[in-house]
Amino acid sequence: MDPVLSSVRLTVREAVHTLSSSEDGGCIVSTLESLKRYLGETENPALPAEQEEFARVHFSALLRCLVSKLSPDWLGLLPDGQLEELWASFFLEGPADQAFLVLMEALEDTPGPSFRLMKMARLLARFLKAGRMAAVMEGQCRQQAELAFPLLQEALLVRVVGLPDRLGNRLQHENLAEFFPQRYFPLLGEEAVRVLQAVVDSLRGGSDCSVSFVSQVVGKACVYGRQKEILGVLVPRLTALTQGSCLWQRVCWRLVECVPDRAMEAVLTGLVETAPGPHALSRLLGNLVLKSKKARFVMTQKLLFLQYRHTTPALQSLLGYLAMDSQRRPLLLQALKELMETWGSSSAIRHAPLDQQRYVSKAVLICLAHLGDAELQDSRDELLASLMAGVKCRLDSSLPAVRRLGMIVTEVASSRIHPEGPPLKFQYEEDELSCELLALAAPQPAADSPSEAGSPVTPVAAETPDKQTEEGGVPQVRPQGSDSELDSDDEFVPYDMSGDRELKSGKAPMYVRDCVEALTTSEDWERWEAALRALEGLVFRNPAATREVSVELAQVLLHLEEKTSVVGFEGLRQRALVAVTTTDPARVAEYLTSQFYAVNYSLRQRMDILDVLALAAQELSRPGRLGRTSQCGSPGPTCPPSCAGAPTWRAVVDERIRRKTRRFSKGSPRKGLAGSPNEFNAVAGYFFFPLIQGFDRPLVTFDLLGDDQLVLGRLAHTLGALMYLAVNTTVAVSMGKALLEFVWALRFHGDAYVRRGLLSAVSSVLLSVPAERLLEDLPDELLEARAWLADVAEKDPDDDCRMLAVKALLLLEKLRDKLLPLAPP
Amino acid sequence: MAAPPDPQFVLRGTQSAVHALHFCGGAQGREHQLLLSGSLSGLVHIWSLQTRRAIATLDGHGGQCVIWLQTLPQGPQLLSQGRDLKLCLWDLAEGRNAVVDSVGLESVGFCRGSVLARGQQRWMLAVPGRGSDEIQILEMPSKTSVCTLKPEADAKPGMPMCLELWQTDSSARPHLLAGYEDGSVALWDVSERKACSRIACHTEPVMGLDFDSQKARGVSGSAEKALAVWSLDEQQALQARGTHQLTNPGVSDVKIRPDRKLLATAGWDHRVRVFHWRTMKPLAVLAFHSAAVHCVAFAADGLLAAGSKDHRISVWSLYPPP
Repeated sequence: MDPVLSSVRLTVREAVHTLSSSEDGGCIVSTLESLKRYLGETENPALPAEQEEFARVHFSALLRCLVSKLSPDWLGLLPDGQLEELWASFFLEGPADQAFLVLMEALEDTPGPSFRLMKMARLLARFLKAGRMAAVMEGQCRQQAELAFPLLQEALLVRVVGLPDRLGNRLQHENLAEFFPQRYFPLLGEEAVRVLQAVVDSLRGGSDCSVSFVSQVVGKACVYGRQKEILGVLVPRLTALTQGSCLWQRVCWRLVECVPDRAMEAVLTGLVETAPGPHALSRLLGNLVLKSKKARFVMTQKLLFLQYRHTTPALQSLLGYLAMDSQRRPLLLQALKELMETWGSSSAIRHAPLDQQRYVSKAVLICLAHLGDAELQDSRDELLASLMAGVKCRLDSSLPAVRRLGMIVTEVASSRIHPEGPPLKFQYEEDELSCELLALAAPQPAADSPSEAGSPVTPVAAETPDKQTEEGGVPQVRPQGSDSELDSDDEFVPYDMSGDRELKSGKAPMYVRDCVEALTTSEDWERWEAALRALEGLVFRNPAATREVSVELAQVLLHLEEKTSVVGFEGLRQRALVAVTTTDPARVAEYLTSQFYAVNYSLRQRMDILDVLALAAQELSRPGRLGRTSQCGSPGPTCPPSCAGAPTWRAVVDERIRRKTRRFSKGSPRKGLAGSPNEFNAVAGYFFFPLIQGFDRPLVTFDLLGDDQLVLGRLAHTLGALMYLAVNTTVAVSMGKALLEFVWALRFHGDAYVRRGLLSAVSSVLLSVPAERLLEDLPDELLEARAWLADVAEKDPDDDCRMLAVKALLLLEKLRDKLLPLAPP
Repeated sequence: MAAPPDPQFVLRGTQSAVHALHFCGGAQGREHQLLLSGSLSGLVHIWSLQTRRAIATLDGHGGQCVIWLQTLPQGPQLLSQGRDLKLCLWDLAEGRNAVVDSVGLESVGFCRGSVLARGQQRWMLAVPGRGSDEIQILEMPSKTSVCTLKPEADAKPGMPMCLELWQTDSSARPHLLAGYEDGSVALWDVSERKACSRIACHTEPVMGLDFDSQKARGVSGSAEKALAVWSLDEQQALQARGTHQLTNPGVSDVKIRPDRKLLATAGWDHRVRVFHWRTMKPLAVLAFHSAAVHCVAFAADGLLAAGSKDHRISVWSLYPPP
C-alpha cells in the first residue's frame, strides 16, 4: 500500500478517535489544527497527494464525526466559541460538495427542534452566504464526464434545488429567511452566473469544462415553478454578458442545450417571458430550435397554440427570435401558416375562448410584421385561403369582440398578403385593443438593444433624450401663443361658440296624423326630418289621437328608411316606436310580434322589433309611470270621490305647519314613490307569447335555427328581458314555463351569444316567477336546468357564459334557501 | 373658454316684432339713457334703461311697421320712418310726444333712411326716392329736395336696401354709401351727384351696412351666408377686403360700436354675432332669441341691444369699454 495513503488514514483515524473520546479542549483543538493541514491554506500544508486522498476518502467521515460531536457542552470546552469557529471552518473550507451533502444529511437526520439542528441550519446559511454553492456546482462542472458519478450528481442536484422545501419541512416555524425560495433561488441564480464565469475563464485558459450540471439545476428549478426567481437574476446578467462576447454566447447556448428534455418547456417559457427582447433571446438561445426537437415543439407549437397566458412582449420576443436568423425564418413562416389556419377555422372560433383568439390574432399580426413581402408571396394562396375562411366565420359571429378581431386582422393581413388589391377598410370603433393590435402590425424598428442592455447606465441614457425633447417642445409652443397675443392689443377673449350650429327651419307638424302623412308622402326632407323629431313628443302629448292611428304609425315607422343622413336617425325612430307601443301596447305589440315572423323583413328590422318590444315593456313596467302619464292628460285609474277633497285640507295643514315651524337646515324634500300597479301586467302576454311561438318554423328568408343565429340570440335576450319585466304579474308563471321549454330546446346551441341569452333568460325566470310556484309547477324543469347550468359553469369555453351560469346557479341556491326554512317546522 | 354670456336684461312688452332700435341721451350717464324701439304694429316705445320700463309709447304710423328710428343731435328730436310712407319728426323735449313735422315718402320698400347733421339747424336726410332705384336727398328741416341719385342707365342695381350718409372731418363733401338689391355697394358723392365707385359684395340683396369713417372701412351683410368687408382707398374707390363666412344665412342688420372695437350682426338664425371689428375675429354668438333678430344697436357707453321677431329686446354688456 502507498505509504502516503496509509499515513493519511492513520492520522485521520487517530484524530477521529481523539475527537470522539477526548474531553480536553486543548487536545481537540490541536487535533483539528493538525487535520486542517490537509485542507491546505495553512503555513505548512500537506503534500498535494495527501490532500487529495484526504478529500476523496476521509473528509466525509470526519465531517460526520464532527456533526455527531456537536453539543453545547462540547462547544463550551473552549471559551469564546473558538471551537465552534474551528469546527465550522471544516465545512466552509473543505470540498464543497461533500460538506453540502453531509450538512443536508445531518439536517435531515437530526430529530426535532434542537440545539444541533439550529446550529446546522445556521451553518448552512453561512455556507450559502459564503458563496460555497458556486463551489458545489463548479466542482461538478470541472469533473470530466467519465469521472462523474451519476448517482452522487443526482443526489446533489435534488438537494441543491430542493433545499428550500427540505429545510422548510425540517425547521417548520424556525426556518431562516435565507432558505425561503424567494431568497434562495435568486441566490442560486447569482451563483450559477459565477459558475458560468468560472467556466468561461477556464475555457479561455484552454481547459475543458461542462455546464450540464448548471443546466440541470436551472432546469429543475424551473420545473419546480421558480422561473421568475432564478431566471429573473440569470437572464439580465447573461443578456449583458453575452452582448460582446462570442464565448459567453456559446456557453449560454450550451447551457440551454444541456437542459434535460423534461425541463425544456419550463426553461424556455421562463426565458421567453424574462428575456427583454428578441435580440437578447436570440443571443441566449442560438439556433436551439433547430437542434432540439423538444425545443422546437415548445417554441413553435406549445407557446403559440396550446397556451395563451403569455404577455404580448413575450410573444414579440418569441416570434422576433424566430425571425432573426435566416435558418429560423422558415419556422416563422410555418408558424404563420398554422396560426392563420387556426385563426380561420370556424370550429376554433366557436370553441376557443376569446382570450385565446385574441392571443392568436396578436401572434398573426406580429408574424406579418416580421415577414417580408417576398416570403409572404411564396405561400400567398395558402394564407389567402385561410384568411378568407376566417373573415367569413368571424364576421358571421354574433359576438362583437370576435367580429372586431376579425376586422382588424383582416385589414392588416390583406394589405400584406395581397398588397396590390384595393385596401380593405372596415368600420370599427377605435379602442385600446384595436390600437394595440394595429401597433403590433406596424413593423418594429430593428434594434431593441437600448431597453435590453440591462446595464444600469442605459435607462438613464434613454431617459435624457426624452427630457430634451420635452424641453425642446415647450419653447416651440410658446412663441405661437405669444404671436397671436401680440396681434391684438385689446384682449377680447372669445366666448364659447360651440353652440353655433346650423339652424333647422321649423316645419314640425303639430298633429300625429300630420306626422304620419309627412313621413309617408313628404318629399320635403326638412319636413320629413322635423316630423320624425317631433313624433315622440306628439305621441306622448296626445295619447288618444295616437291610439286612433297606432298600428298605422308603427307600420310606417317600422318601414322607415333613412333617406337623408339625419343625425341620430336610429334613435329617433326607435324612441318614436317605443312611444307608440307604450301608448297603445296591446294592438301595437300584436302587430310587431306578428311582423317579427313575417316574410320580407331585413334582419335589422327584426332586431329593431325586438329592441322596441323590450324597451316598451321596460317603460310600461316602470314604477311611477302612471303619475306622469296622468299628468299628460290620460285619465289614470279613477280614484274614489271621497278622497278628492282630502288633498286640499292636507295642503292647508301642511302649509300652516311649514309657516309656523322654523327649520335650521333643510334636506331635499323626500318623496316616497307611490305604489302603482304594473301596467305591463295586462299586456305582457301580447309581447311574449307570439314571439316565443314561431322560432322553430323556418321561412324562406328567415331561419332562426340556421344562419340567423344573431337574431336568435337577440330573441333569447329579449324574451329574458320581457320575463324579467313581467315580475309580479299573473302571467309570469306560464311565461316562465314557456321560456324554460324554449331554453331547453336550444341549450346546446353552438353560438355563444345565443347561449348567453338563454342563460340570462333562465336567471330572469328564477327572478320573476314566485318561488313557491316554481317548485310546485316546474320542479322537473328546474332540476334539468340545474344540471345543465352546472355543466355550463364548468365547461363552457365562453367566459360570459360561465359567469352567467354561475349567477343562475346562485339564484337557484337562494331559491332553495328561501324555501328550506319553511320545510322543517 | 367661457360659456356664452347671458343678456344683462330683457325688455318685454312691445307685443309685436321689433324692427328698429335706437339709443339716445347717453351723454348724461346711464340713468338718463333711453332706448327707442319701433315695432311691427307701428308703435314706438321709449324705454328707460334705469327702470327698464316703457315710459312712453308713440303712435304715429297708423299701425304700419316702424323700420327706422334716429334722434337728432340738436335737442330731443326723433325721426321715425314707417311703412305708411311717412317719416315723422317728434319732439320729445320735457316729456312731450307730438309729431312736429312729417315727410311723405314715395318708396314702399324696406330701405331705412340716413341722416347727416351738418350744422346746428340744418341737416341732410337720405331716403329712397320715387323711382325704384333712386335715392332722394333732402335738406332739412326745410324739406327741400337737394337732388336725386339715380344710377346710370346700364347699371341696374335694383332697389336701394340700406343707406349711410357720412362725411370726413376734413372735407365738407357729404358722401352716401348705398347697398342695393343686386348685392352691390355703391359710394355716391352727393354734391356731384355721381357714383364714385361700386363693388359687388354679395349675390343676394344687401340687408345692412355700416361704415367706419376713421379707418375708411365698412361691412355689409346680406341674405346670404357671409359678411363682406370692404374699404375705401385714396381715390374714393371701394375695394373688397374679404368675406367672413357665417354658420347660417341671413343678416338683417350690422352695427359697429361707436368706439370701433366691436361689430354686431343681427341674424335670421335668431342669433346675434359679435366680432372684433379690426381683425374680424368671432368673439361671441348670442343665442337668446327664439326668432329672427331684426336689428341691433349700440349705445355710446357700449351697451348692445337686439330686437327680434319674438317681441323681445335683449340688452347685453359685452367687453365694456374702459
